Amino acid sequence: MITISNLHKSFDKKNILNGVNLNIEKGSSSVIIGRSGTGKSVLIKCILGLIAPDEGSIEVGNNIIFNKGKFKSLNNIKVGMLFQGGALFDSLKIWQNVSFYHIQKGKNKKFCSNNAIHHLEKVGLDKSILNLYPSELSGGMQKRVALARAIALEPDIIFFDEPTTGLDPISADVINKLILTIVRDIGATSITITHDMTSARTISDKIHMLHEGKIIWEGDKNSIENTENKNVIQFINGSSDNKLN
Amino acid sequence: MLNIVGSIGSVIIFFFNETGKFFIFFVSVIKALIGKWYFKNIFKQSIFVGYFSLPVVALTSFFTGGALALQIYYGGNQFNSETIVSSIVALGITRELGPVLGGIVVAGRVSAAIAAEIGTMKVTEQIDALKTLSAEPISYLVVPRIISGIIMLPLLILFADIIGIMGGWFIGVQSLGFNGSVYMQNTINFLEISDVTSGLIKASVFGLLITLMGCYQGFNSKGGAQGVGRATTNAVVSSSVLILASNYLMTNLFFT
Repeated sequence: MITISNLHKSFDKKNILNGVNLNIEKGSSSVIIGRSGTGKSVLIKCILGLIAPDEGSIEVGNNIIFNKGKFKSLNNIKVGMLFQGGALFDSLKIWQNVSFYHIQKGKNKKFCSNNAIHHLEKVGLDKSILNLYPSELSGGMQKRVALARAIALEPDIIFFDEPTTGLDPISADVINKLILTIVRDIGATSITITHDMTSARTISDKIHMLHEGKIIWEGDKNSIENTENKNVIQFINGSSDNKLN
Repeated sequence: MLNIVGSIGSVIIFFFNETGKFFIFFVSVIKALIGKWYFKNIFKQSIFVGYFSLPVVALTSFFTGGALALQIYYGGNQFNSETIVSSIVALGITRELGPVLGGIVVAGRVSAAIAAEIGTMKVTEQIDALKTLSAEPISYLVVPRIISGIIMLPLLILFADIIGIMGGWFIGVQSLGFNGSVYMQNTINFLEISDVTSGLIKASVFGLLITLMGCYQGFNSKGGAQGVGRATTNAVVSSSVLILASNYLMTNLFFT
């Protein structure tokens, strides 16, 4: 579904992605783990076309969307994204946020409102919040609304950027389970970036470890427990002793 | 010596870098202007730029007209002052003070608000979210603000012209003892359509500059709250300076 070859990106002479190679299968749930600042968010923003890589190629479906410095549009492939902070539009009501994609496509208010109710129910929220603004909701509720917005366009591929960051353990578990259920329901390919190992173990079919701008380890959630890669072991144990590079 | 050359070089590189970035932004706005228009957003922004700026523009204009009448009366020859005060107040307000002061007041209010709103959207990834939801941010955020600026500023300034002249009339009648109807008749006799239209053309250009600088600074903000604050300051400063500079150029073009 997604093939990334030799992807490079630097900011102000600092290499962030240093030759990333990654293959994501259709319908799978992949999780990219790694320490803060290793380029996880930059990697998915490159795939989304929000940041232009310096070098390499990105192929989504059968479309080469980035090659030789040029982006091409994702022909008929719908992509959803759950941003780290939710990125809900402050000036729009909840129903307008959730149905934003359909509003842009010119669907009428009734359709958009019903669509918002349907997707809010999927993430465990009821229609009483339809006419509220994002600032009137708690952090956990905002994340769920953002999740509802990401799935409302029925995406083929869905990205989750640190979905559990800033949430208490119970809310984080709710979000993890929602991601798991929803992704299976809509049959989308999902890519999650996180440094929350509980989340990674819950939602992943395959885990990729990004370190110093490269994928240094790949495997399923069971094999990560038996890996001998020191960087991976240190990361999953959250140990700062004998700090590796 | 080497440090001085290095510093000058850095300033020159910075200048060309910023100019290039602004030019790229401006070209993308021009491209978006011939694309999809979000009419609801244009209406919302027009209310914000026009309607909500009315009180501050009216107050500025009224007091400017009044002060101008006093200055002309006490500073000049008081012989035949009823004709001179009314005509100079009308000319000064419609050609220069109405558009320039109105423009600067709106720049302080609107340009800052635009930069702050778009800057916050940028640092909270809302602009990235727009892209993932198939909405082009320049078309969705910038074009409506620019169109509303170009349309609403002349309307605001037309209103400011009337209020400014009324300010001069009020002070003339209440403080200087002029005859109200003679003052108004002198104003109408002396004022030409081109005096008003030149001011309105200037206002339209100022509307473009105010909204463009607000959007540009907002789009280029980075680094959280501090970055948004910097973008807001830069938007007000750059739009105010551009208003004064473009006013000189347009005055030179229209009246020489």
